[in-house]
Amino acid sequence: MSTKQINRKVWLEFLGSMNLAITILVAIAIASVIGTVLQQNQPYTNYIIKFGPFWHEIFQVLDLYDVYGAVWFLILLGFLVLSTSVCIYRNAPVMLRDRKHFRLNVQEKSLRVLHNFSEWTLSKSADDTEQRVQQILTTRGYKLRRKQDDDNVVIAAMKGGMNRLGYILTHTGMVVIFIGGLMDGNLTLTVKEWLGSVQIETRDIAAKDVPEISRLKPADSASFRGSVTIPEGSGSNQVFLNVRDGYLIQELPFAVELKDFRIEHYESGQPKSFESDLIIHDDQLKEPLKKTIAVNYPLIYRGYAIYQASFNDGGSILNINARPLFSKSPKPLSLKGKVNSVKQLETAEGVLNIEMDDFKLFNIFPAEKNHPSGKKFINFGPSFTFKVRDQDGQAKEYINYMSPILQEGRYFFLSGMRQSTADEFRYLHIPADENMGVERFFKFHALINDPVRVRQTAEQSVDLALKTSKLSDANLRDEVIGSMIKLVGLFNEGGYVAIDKDIREKVPEDRRVKVAEAYLKILQNMLQGLYLNLLNNEAVDISKGINVEQNRFFEDAVNGIAGIGAYGTPFYLQLVDFEHRQASGLQITRSPGKNVVYFGCVMLIIGIFMMFYIAHQRLWIILKPTESGTQLLFGGAGNRNQRDFAQHFKEFVEIFNKHLP
Amino acid sequence: MSVTQQDLVNELNPRSFISALSIFDWVWAALLFAGTVYAYQYYAGLMDAYEVGILFGAGLSLIALGWFWKATRIFMLIVAALSLLAINMYAGDLAQAEQNFFLKFLISSQSATMWMSALFVLATVTYFIHLFSGSEFVGKVATSMVWTATAMGTIGLLVRWRESYLIGADVGHIPVSNLYEVFILFAIITALIYLFYEMKFKTRSLGGFALLVISASIAFLLWYHFEKDASAIQPLVPALQSYWMKIHVPANFVGYGAFGLAAMIGIAYLIKDSVLAKNSDNKVMARLPSLEIMDDVMHKSIALGFAFFTIATVLGAMWAAEAWGGYWSWDPKETWALIVWLNYAAWLHMRLTKGWRGKPLAWWAVIGLFVTTFAFLGVNMFLSGLHSYGEL
Repeated sequence: MSTKQINRKVWLEFLGSMNLAITILVAIAIASVIGTVLQQNQPYTNYIIKFGPFWHEIFQVLDLYDVYGAVWFLILLGFLVLSTSVCIYRNAPVMLRDRKHFRLNVQEKSLRVLHNFSEWTLSKSADDTEQRVQQILTTRGYKLRRKQDDDNVVIAAMKGGMNRLGYILTHTGMVVIFIGGLMDGNLTLTVKEWLGSVQIETRDIAAKDVPEISRLKPADSASFRGSVTIPEGSGSNQVFLNVRDGYLIQELPFAVELKDFRIEHYESGQPKSFESDLIIHDDQLKEPLKKTIAVNYPLIYRGYAIYQASFNDGGSILNINARPLFSKSPKPLSLKGKVNSVKQLETAEGVLNIEMDDFKLFNIFPAEKNHPSGKKFINFGPSFTFKVRDQDGQAKEYINYMSPILQEGRYFFLSGMRQSTADEFRYLHIPADENMGVERFFKFHALINDPVRVRQTAEQSVDLALKTSKLSDANLRDEVIGSMIKLVGLFNEGGYVAIDKDIREKVPEDRRVKVAEAYLKILQNMLQGLYLNLLNNEAVDISKGINVEQNRFFEDAVNGIAGIGAYGTPFYLQLVDFEHRQASGLQITRSPGKNVVYFGCVMLIIGIFMMFYIAHQRLWIILKPTESGTQLLFGGAGNRNQRDFAQHFKEFVEIFNKHLP
Repeated sequence: MSVTQQDLVNELNPRSFISALSIFDWVWAALLFAGTVYAYQYYAGLMDAYEVGILFGAGLSLIALGWFWKATRIFMLIVAALSLLAINMYAGDLAQAEQNFFLKFLISSQSATMWMSALFVLATVTYFIHLFSGSEFVGKVATSMVWTATAMGTIGLLVRWRESYLIGADVGHIPVSNLYEVFILFAIITALIYLFYEMKFKTRSLGGFALLVISASIAFLLWYHFEKDASAIQPLVPALQSYWMKIHVPANFVGYGAFGLAAMIGIAYLIKDSVLAKNSDNKVMARLPSLEIMDDVMHKSIALGFAFFTIATVLGAMWAAEAWGGYWSWDPKETWALIVWLNYAAWLHMRLTKGWRGKPLAWWAVIGLFVTTFAFLGVNMFLSGLHSYGEL
């Protein structure tokens, strides 16, 4: 053999070796594990935060953020397919031949050494015996071939040749699956990126601003998976493809319009169905195509599959009362905002940008224990989230619930705030008044912000105390009034934390506890005074003192006000009304390889059943005529489960014992 | 003179399978077919073409199962009778579960499930007593416990199916939709696969081992029920509202059950192997089947599991292509299904082509159970992904 031929032989043996195949199988399994424990295709900033720059660099170089698209992973898969193909190439011809070949040329001595062998000396003639044997074997599904070898008759029987076909089907099926998968993979895209004709976009910009180099025409992509969110009433003729930490825009040869999106809920509050009424506009159509899609019921149009994937807000209109905190006038400012747009607000500290991020019609949460309704899940009602960004670009995120929520027996308006997405929301609890509104709270808060009222209350309080104690020192009076006003001011600005800070700064350590007690008493006194003032103004009858609810409201209001200092924005945005507009999240995909993959799967499954449950079995009979009858030699071999075949052979021996002599 | 099965096999002209069927076999087929047709007529309005196909496919498969494994005919008839009885007792009113004696203590879905749990655990103990004592009687008791437990579990699921519809027409669904329901399915299927091999190989000594994995799943089931109130019937989220669930999930559990059984036999193999190496006269070990037979059962179980697991994974991919935007997304659940598949493909290749036998493959079967358990449970518990329906 020439060197070339030897090389070829060595390569074929290596590639077709079982050791290689099993090694690759295990390697692919291990590599796949990586992709499940390391979250794939996240923005790189998340990884840097999680793993630190050192490991991030390593992971990125090894392409672990996109394992299944990584070159080395594809090479592994490619090797598996190559190995499988070589196996088929080397084994299939042998197997196909084996199916047809009855091995009629068996020799007596090779029959005798078989593990499954038996012999008989019979009195019947060779012809009779042969007839019997034929009957026994053919009625059990064996195909026979006969040969006359001088005086001897050789019969070769075979059953279950389909087993060999099973091997070919299984392994060819794997190759077919791989080919289909390749058709649907993003190989062409990867090549285009290497060549530089396509570049992914990583900036968060409007679709129309994305440059040509990050756009794909319909003809550019045979297969892709993209997503797009379409608000009710509008449409789109392009989708976004997520590629690593960026995206590309894939144009479609038609436009998808969303007429209506619907969510239905079960009584328990969980989602029951998501449906979108779509209209396809295509020059190729005589008239637009109308179809409703739902989860598990996609629309297949011109080879493009349109799935109901998710939903978002589509630009709901929000009617908001902006209630100023730190103002003596409780009058709200009326605003109209739109989700996914920015509203500007003039404040004393400059212009604030309010980014309206999202609106949700339902907020289903697990109910607190012993909730009076007895339900497991409670709908908190509509909410909207927004970010307030100041002049320096710093932002705080808020979530405000429209309806009051029952907590510990009372109703509160919740407003959550957080400084960054990594934090949990901390909530401002505004107690609802008798009308289930926020009016009383803000009126109370306005009184605290009104220096005239505060002074009045302080004066009333001090004068009453002086009268009963019969002191009368004008300086003392002014001093006390001043510090009471200051205390209320501190509390208003920063709650209990501010007062605590003040004590730490001004009061020596040994006296802090006493002073704190005194301050709290005074503060309580002041606030109660203001509260009573408020109730009086609202013509509430307090001649008999305040009742339990009014007292509870007071405590809750004070707690609420204590939190305002940390709230971070001089406004509370109260959602009073809205016009809900939804957007449907669609996934649009094109998978020309899908049917190829399915065909390969069917081949694989049929092949597996053939391989496992059809045993390729061979039986040989040599009939030697003797003076007194026949000598019968009987041997057999199976290609699979030897134990089962031995059992099978034993049964034949019993049948022969019974019917041949 | 009675004709034995063996006699029939040994005939000069053996009868074909069909002609060898008894009258009861045909009665069985008629009953099952009638039931299928009745179900079709009664529920045709609620089913689309695929579901009708699944209904008739299931009917025919059950007829075939009864013909090939005769014991299941009685089993299925009893299960059907008791389930229908329970449904009848409900008479459209869920509150009957608290008022009707039989429902409350025996055949409401929850009661039946509790009976199943108790019986499986008892059967585990009984099988081990059989192994250590050698008593044939104890062995028979254990086998009947397992049959009864399996029947109760199946009744539990079937009655639960009706109970879900009694909660609300839009809430009703086949009970294979969450982790609680599929653990019951796992126990039932594993038990059935074990019972089949018990019959085929005529040995009860492996029962304790097989029941160990079933009891483990019962332990989880009970914890899940009492700690997390998981037995409450929840309506289906939109992604699960599909006929695919009826075929993808059960196929998966034939796979999981078979792999679980193989691992338990692997453990029995390793124990016998190591005990015999030190003391070849051990009487208890002698009662276990020969190492060769255990190796064979492991192989058959893994082959069965692998065949059905392949079907289940392909069905899952086809479902994903209808629900999620593509037949393969390298989602953790999908990926781990692939890992399990590759694991057992490698096992089978080692056995079929490299001629491996015995000890190393037994170890591999046991390790395979860990891989399978992670794919079954671990992914839902620890990893995020699209397949979060089985979340704890």
